[in-house]
Amino acid sequence: MHRHLHVGDRLPPHVNAPIERSQLVRYAEASGDSNPIHIDEDFARRAGYRSVFAHGMLSMGFLGRFLSDSFGPAAVRRLHVRFKAITWPGDVITCHGEVTGVSEKDQRQVLELKVWTENQDATVTSEGSATVVLHQA
Amino acid sequence: MSQDPTPLASSPLRQHIGRTSAPRTVEIDPGHIARFAEAIGDPNPIYRDEAVARAAGHPRIPAPPTFATALRPNDVRQGLDIDWSRILHGEQEFRYERPLYAGDVLTLTHVLRDVYEKSGKSGVMDFLVLDIEARDPAGVLVYVGRSVVVVRRLGEDGNKPQGGR
Repeated sequence: MHRHLHVGDRLPPHVNAPIERSQLVRYAEASGDSNPIHIDEDFARRAGYRSVFAHGMLSMGFLGRFLSDSFGPAAVRRLHVRFKAITWPGDVITCHGEVTGVSEKDQRQVLELKVWTENQDATVTSEGSATVVLHQA
Repeated sequence: MSQDPTPLASSPLRQHIGRTSAPRTVEIDPGHIARFAEAIGDPNPIYRDEAVARAAGHPRIPAPPTFATALRPNDVRQGLDIDWSRILHGEQEFRYERPLYAGDVLTLTHVLRDVYEKSGKSGVMDFLVLDIEARDPAGVLVYVGRSVVVVRRLGEDGNKPQGGR
């Protein structure tokens, strides 16, 4: 079905479950990111934030999942994200993607995509690009 | 109090550009992949059941696209004068030469590629560009993970900016 993707096509947006503090603890453990600013309320407040906040990499993880749901994990060859706004507990992050390029290499279709996440207020929290290599052109 | 009219003092971290960590070799554990998938809210059985992964055409359980972040090198920032409460993750990129699978053995090195400074609305910030390079046992490059981290400098409140004169 991906063979019919064209420049300008958008992937169906994916809405993730609301961010929970327990998820930040799980993500910290699974990713090995031990920065207490994501899990220790007192530490986050002392650093000047209103509470703990999500790892930027959690939103990038959502984007990776968004792409692997469409194309499979092995197809994602490059993913670049800029973190634009902080994601707080309770935020609902939606993943978006739009095809910006379609080409062929070694008889495989190569897609370039613009990808981004928005929170429930439609604020863009991260944005970037991806390269996806499909098995057959 | 008043704005400093002089050009931005370059970060003292610049002297460490090129610094490279001691290599660290890791093996991708399927249980780690499953925990990572759980943490990002991805229920796909391909990350939990080798039979499902094989049925989908994978040789073994594949890793989610950002799993490389969970493979930690010896951190090249260790021992540098960085206030960890003032760090933000600015950008991340992964470039894969091939997919990652459970059982892969990778040797990771961490390199401080660049340091630059910028002045923004929240004051002066130092930007660190860091690469993780992962190679297989034959020395073939498997992926590069590039991070840009931002360190907000102290200042304005009576503290000398880091690197200030």
